[in-house]
Amino acid sequence: MRELKLMKGNEAIAEAAIRAGVDGYFGYPITPQSEVMETLMAEKPWETTGMVVLQAESEIASINMVYGGAGCGKRVMTSSSSPGVSLMQEGLTYLAGAELPCVVVNVVRGGPGLGTIQPAQSDYFQTVKGGGHGDYKLITLAPASVQEMADFVETAFDLAFKYRNPVMILSDGVIGQMMEKVELKEFKPRWTADYIEQNHPWATTGKKKDRAKNIITSVQLEASVQEAFNHKLQNKYQQVEENEVLFEETMCDDAEYLVVAYGSSARICQKSVELAREKGIKVGMLRPITLYPFPTRQLQERAKQVKGILSVEMSAGQMVEDVKLAVECKVPVEHYGRFGGSVHSPGEVVEALEQKLIGG
Amino acid sequence: MSDINTIIKPENIIYKKTDVLSENELHYCPGCSHGTVHKLIAEVIEEMGIQDKTIGIAPVGCSVLAYNYLEIDWQEAAHGRAPALATAVKRLMPENYVFSYQGDGDLAAIGTAETIHACNRGENIVMVFINNGIYGMTGGQMAPTTLPGMPASTCPAGRDVSHDGAPIKISEILAQLPGTCYVTRQAVHTAANVRKTKKALKKAFENQAANKGTSLVEVVSTCSSGWKMTPTKANEWMEENMFPYYPLGDIKDE
Amino acid sequence: MKEEIVIAGFGGQGVLSMGKILAYSGVMQDMEVSWMPAYGPEMRGGTANVTVILSDERISSPILHEYDTAIILNQQSMDKFEKDVKPGGTLIYDGNGITRHPERTDINIYRVDATEEAARMHAVKTFNMIVLGGYLKVKPIVKMENVIAGLKKSLPERHHHLIPMNEKAITRGGEIINEVSLVE
Repeated sequence: MRELKLMKGNEAIAEAAIRAGVDGYFGYPITPQSEVMETLMAEKPWETTGMVVLQAESEIASINMVYGGAGCGKRVMTSSSSPGVSLMQEGLTYLAGAELPCVVVNVVRGGPGLGTIQPAQSDYFQTVKGGGHGDYKLITLAPASVQEMADFVETAFDLAFKYRNPVMILSDGVIGQMMEKVELKEFKPRWTADYIEQNHPWATTGKKKDRAKNIITSVQLEASVQEAFNHKLQNKYQQVEENEVLFEETMCDDAEYLVVAYGSSARICQKSVELAREKGIKVGMLRPITLYPFPTRQLQERAKQVKGILSVEMSAGQMVEDVKLAVECKVPVEHYGRFGGSVHSPGEVVEALEQKLIGG
Repeated sequence: MSDINTIIKPENIIYKKTDVLSENELHYCPGCSHGTVHKLIAEVIEEMGIQDKTIGIAPVGCSVLAYNYLEIDWQEAAHGRAPALATAVKRLMPENYVFSYQGDGDLAAIGTAETIHACNRGENIVMVFINNGIYGMTGGQMAPTTLPGMPASTCPAGRDVSHDGAPIKISEILAQLPGTCYVTRQAVHTAANVRKTKKALKKAFENQAANKGTSLVEVVSTCSSGWKMTPTKANEWMEENMFPYYPLGDIKDE
Repeated sequence: MKEEIVIAGFGGQGVLSMGKILAYSGVMQDMEVSWMPAYGPEMRGGTANVTVILSDERISSPILHEYDTAIILNQQSMDKFEKDVKPGGTLIYDGNGITRHPERTDINIYRVDATEEAARMHAVKTFNMIVLGGYLKVKPIVKMENVIAGLKKSLPERHHHLIPMNEKAITRGGEIINEVSLVE
């Protein structure tokens, strides 16, 4: 029996976490994502599934609580919005360096600085180019609906444990605050201590007599050891790039122009594509679902077919760089987007398409 | 002359290194207190029979590699964040024993927020706090606990209170918080003090077993390298200068 | 069928909850729905608005620049959204506090004086349900039984005893709405 609910994206994240058997959530309030922890606190999952929910003293503390929990082989997560995620960058590079699996949700708002609480997509660089120090990557999922907010929680944990790497769900104020119909999954039990011992033998669960001690660390004082470790990480990222690219295409078969957009901007552009098609413009849309790994190969394929590509994001132009890198100057690539908390309308995108690519 | 093997017999043992302490050679400088405190924690873990249940959280500082010396599971934290890690580990695995091991820079400067809030929540953990009044690992810079007038590489003329503020008595601050059940200040420079510190550590772990809240064991220590003194001189200097500012004894015991 | 609606007024008028009830009614009728609020400081003291879309098909953009229907509950919202109604579309407004009435001649305009009616009914809090009733009279896109089911889903259980009163308000809204269309 499928259960349909009308929910905000932020609420869906919380409900999905409980149902997926997540062990712990550690967070700090910030608009526009506070409903995640508020929903968890109202649901009291510690009374039902045993999930731990704790309001930390800062985003720095919450990401480090995530580190502690992840080190125990538990499924733990946090959520925040841009300024809070900036504070988490230290924790994220340590998590990546210690190869710990976890899920972090960023409900992006406009910046820089304290910025605005209105939606934006200006944390793309911070997320996929590594906001913290060192050579590391975050696997990044970009939900475009409330349903995907719910579904991606489990997807993100699966990827996180498959690769022992932090996974970011990069959302924004639109997806976090809007309500849509959601089908929630069945409750899954949390992992037992035995399951963790068997499947995650690296976890610090207490040193048993029959195994060596487990150490979760990111420190390698010898440069040669650190270099070898970095090679290991790079090999892992290569596996991720080969196996985990996700994207969705709309009306691309006969497209003469291509719009590339992710998350809420992709929703807006879907309407722009409809409006442009009504005007006789043959345009399709490619929506990267994983921002890292980026759908580079598919873009290269589409570049052979189209006359021009418009990258549309709520930023001053960040993802457009990855689009350009993929397309290798084979066709013109332009950027369009409102930013700083303003959201482009479907009509504005059509105008930009006409002015920047077709008319020009 | 008798063969040594005729002497090495179980019945002749009067002191044995606990198996919780590894065979690894310590990287600490001569005279450093870390080795002694490591040994005491290892002995407490062995005596309580909790080796398979204990998770240590190592800091950033000289004891960043503490995990090389105790045969238990460890997590190495970012600078100052050990109490946050310990919070999550204990809450997610309440049957386990969790302790953080932190220096003065880690616990009382960069990690002050994490320290205060873990204590304020009364996290059921043990915090071991090594206070030697200096940053040893990075080469002798001023610590939050550096004494007035005491020289360090970032205050070569000595700590000027009017410029740098007074050294922080973090244990006294933490004792004010309702979440702490036991706050004590000890030292390990004499055999008698070593025994007292071990008693304090044991009490702290027993408090965790009894779900009493946060226990903090501060160990006032020397840093002969950072202080640029011989180990003997450093101990004398500690008694004359550190103890008057950081008096030994229980600050809170509930 | 696809209906793209903006509901706009003051914070505290129940704009967001009215949108939520409408959206939930759509869910009950097995439609696709989206509810996108203008959130944040705009809500406090200033104008509040929400975009609600009900459709038989998958909804693309939850954010729109033109609407099939605008439900307007204060002057600021009139100034902001009258121009965004699609030609041939619908504008519904409460005349209370309106100093400049709608002027477009290419849309259908209705007036529902819900503030006045709610006061007359001694049920000020049902104001938004009177407006909703007026809207559903003009655009009966969801069945009454689904609206009541939507109400039940939207309201916390401790408020379920208020459902009959809200139902009455919805009915009353349908009775008092008047066309003031300026279409020539």
